[in-house]
Amino acid sequence: MNAIKDLILKMADDALIIGHRNSEWTGLGPTLEEDISFSSIAQDKLGHALQLYTILHEDHEEQNPDLLAFTRKAEDFRCCQYVEMPIGAYDFSLIRQFLFDHAEYNRYQMLSNSSNNRLAALSQKIKGEIKYHVLHADTWVIQLGNGTTESHDRLQKALTDSMPLALGIFEKSAFEAELIRNNIFEGEDALRERWLGSITPILQKAGLELPDISTIEPAYGGRKGQHTGHLKPLLDEMGEVLNTDPTASW
Amino acid sequence: MVSLDPRINRLDLQERKEETQPHEHWPTWEVFHQKKRGAQAIHVGIVHAPSPELALIFAKEQFGRRQKSTNIWVVKSSEVFTFQTGDEDMFETTPEKSYRDAGGYRVRDKINAFKKENQQDQ
Repeated sequence: MNAIKDLILKMADDALIIGHRNSEWTGLGPTLEEDISFSSIAQDKLGHALQLYTILHEDHEEQNPDLLAFTRKAEDFRCCQYVEMPIGAYDFSLIRQFLFDHAEYNRYQMLSNSSNNRLAALSQKIKGEIKYHVLHADTWVIQLGNGTTESHDRLQKALTDSMPLALGIFEKSAFEAELIRNNIFEGEDALRERWLGSITPILQKAGLELPDISTIEPAYGGRKGQHTGHLKPLLDEMGEVLNTDPTASW
Repeated sequence: MVSLDPRINRLDLQERKEETQPHEHWPTWEVFHQKKRGAQAIHVGIVHAPSPELALIFAKEQFGRRQKSTNIWVVKSSEVFTFQTGDEDMFETTPEKSYRDAGGYRVRDKINAFKKENQQDQ
């Protein structure tokens, strides 16, 4: 493992796992239109994961994207614990989309200036998609935050409950200083500041209160391969078909 | 009930208490799709949404996802005014008035003749 591989792998694993989780709403979404929208966004995430795994395969001698996605063990994944949590009720999934996608949006914005050309190019390529994902999340959060007492309270509870997990997105790797020094990525602390700057005005518009994050213990571990018990069943289900015969041609 | 779909089993459907009230639904919005800048926005269908912002988001997914798109318009269906369906007969016209149809003018022949003449000049 090296700095750039570690960065790309954690981004790819985040995108794959949240894409898979969000796709679990397909056919079960709260309304037909929202079902289609959320599923479409989930598919976009799988697309981002594919792009990132492809970079690892082409530039960093890793296995092909299918094998990276479907045959690794849970402890080899570098996703944050937030993305692996079950979908819960729609309030939890929506707040997760909001908090995660704002982080992702800002991460790619920062990477548009990266000294790594592949990441800089990818950030250009998918900026429209992520801009739309954030718009989707913002619009819902503002709508439901200002909706009924129930919708407001459920969003607020989901937000408060999610905050330790959301802060876990910004867990640093051992290569943090190297990434910053080599102008590959400005680092997780800088990202977290930008993230706070972009979620705060939306939460204000939604009438929701950001918990005091200085008192919260972030759910770290995911970036080091320490996961919750929820990841393995997800991986088993996701890879079920391929793993019946990994060598079959499709 | 055990479903083949693990996601359904996870839902634990028996415990759901929420019930939808009669007439509890979102308004409909007419969707107009624009292929490229300056092109006509063409009516493509409807979506259900609680606000114009969400109507735009749903319309983008429903109608902008699988074709080239530049923009989408949404208009609340209740803001669209129409004739009564029963008044269709007002649009009927007697066949004798073909002189009122654009096809009644024999311009195409003249245009073609003009083009032909100009080509020969060049």
